[in-house]
Amino acid sequence: MSIRERLSGNEAAATAMKQINPDVVAAFPITPSTEIPQYFSSFVSNGTVDTEFVAVESEHSAMSACIGAEAAGARAMTATSSNGLSLMWEMIYIASSLRLPIVMSLVNRAVSGPLNIHNDHSDAMGVRDSGWIQLFSENNQEAYDNLIMAHRIAEHKDVLLPLMVCQDGFITSHSIENIELIEDDLVKEFVGQYKPEHYLLNDKEPMAVGPLDLQAYLFEHKRQQAEAMRNAKKVILEVSKDFEKMTGRKYGFFEEYKLEDAEIAIVCMNSTAGTAKYTVDRLREKGIKAGLLKIRVFRPFPAEEVAKVLSHLKAIAVLDKADSLNAAGGALFEDVVSGMYVSNIHVPTVSYVYGIGGRDTKSDDIEKVYNDLSEIVKTGKIDNPYRYLGVRGDK
Amino acid sequence: MAEINANTPWQDLTIGGNIYEAGNARNFKTGDWRSVKPIYLSEKCKQCGLCFPVCPDDAIPVNKEQKREDFNYDMCKGCGVCAKVCPFGAIEMK
Repeated sequence: MSIRERLSGNEAAATAMKQINPDVVAAFPITPSTEIPQYFSSFVSNGTVDTEFVAVESEHSAMSACIGAEAAGARAMTATSSNGLSLMWEMIYIASSLRLPIVMSLVNRAVSGPLNIHNDHSDAMGVRDSGWIQLFSENNQEAYDNLIMAHRIAEHKDVLLPLMVCQDGFITSHSIENIELIEDDLVKEFVGQYKPEHYLLNDKEPMAVGPLDLQAYLFEHKRQQAEAMRNAKKVILEVSKDFEKMTGRKYGFFEEYKLEDAEIAIVCMNSTAGTAKYTVDRLREKGIKAGLLKIRVFRPFPAEEVAKVLSHLKAIAVLDKADSLNAAGGALFEDVVSGMYVSNIHVPTVSYVYGIGGRDTKSDDIEKVYNDLSEIVKTGKIDNPYRYLGVRGDK
Repeated sequence: MAEINANTPWQDLTIGGNIYEAGNARNFKTGDWRSVKPIYLSEKCKQCGLCFPVCPDDAIPVNKEQKREDFNYDMCKGCGVCAKVCPFGAIEMK
């Protein structure tokens, strides 16, 4: 029987790490993810886990230590937010290009500046092209579940890519909600032992990691990474299926909420999906056929699958909690529309940048988006496809 | 480990460029980097033994009789340290 608990998102992430019991955790505190290594270091001190905890002096070192540990043959984890991830940036690319399946808990927070500690997705969006798998989580339960599935995905021989599990800073990381935990022994069995094929501490096979990779080779190695990212799609679905067998909780690339018969829909990620579900229910009571597509797997991006489930709609709004500052739409918007275009599916679609720097996004705001979509369906016109939601000065 | 070269397709490369054997530095021909070349003038050489210990890249082979032989240009980067230490002018940089 699963264990009923009530935990914050950070507690949920730390609990998942405790049950996974990795060989190495290297982390540096940064709001709002600080509690994860804090709780975890208490598990280390209490002897609840066997993990070597490396209290590093910066996030660059945290990721470097994870890289060294993982290359040596250990299972390594870390947690960070915002500028902590920015400081890791150089090593983030090293981790993925060396094909080291490190798992990170990323508690999303606005990247400075000006200085802000609250939630948006600019940290995750900054590394969206770095070759890390990115899973997004609506609540504490999903942050926990995604972490339990993470190693099976990342360490799969056809994948071997690092993976980050994202959740919204403060909104989910610090709010306590009900959660269903899996028993320790079941988690242990599900996650399994880490058995890398090649590793530095193998005295039977001396090896070199990260050699100079010039014009004749780097392109091919990037091509391999691209293939691994494609392979990850299949592996994510397989692991999610096994997870469902164990817990009854179903995961795919995304969650469709009342989407099947919807005429208008929002696409978004993380905690905003909860607000959107509430809004969809309210609109449905009024007979408005609203739906939601909540993206769980952002990298690899399931372009074809997203296009397919959105194909029947009359208007779509894609909500980005980070502005790409590109004089065009947000990152999720661009991925959604290019996926649809390539699949030759053409539905009027608008981009909304919202919630920057932790700006509260209420159900009334989400309802406004659905109202805008109804207007687009009625008039068939999009005056401005690149919109802002909840910023002062814009209508 | 299978031979890897500039014609190997991506499917056959090791991931991340990993090298699964030791002592592979000798396969890396650093002589490609050379812009000036040391010339060994054997008639001037007294086999004093000053040149080969200063070579940073093992590019001066020494035989069983402890005598130096001509340069290994696969490895010589052309740094010129050997020419600098030679008291007899037996190494010329060209």
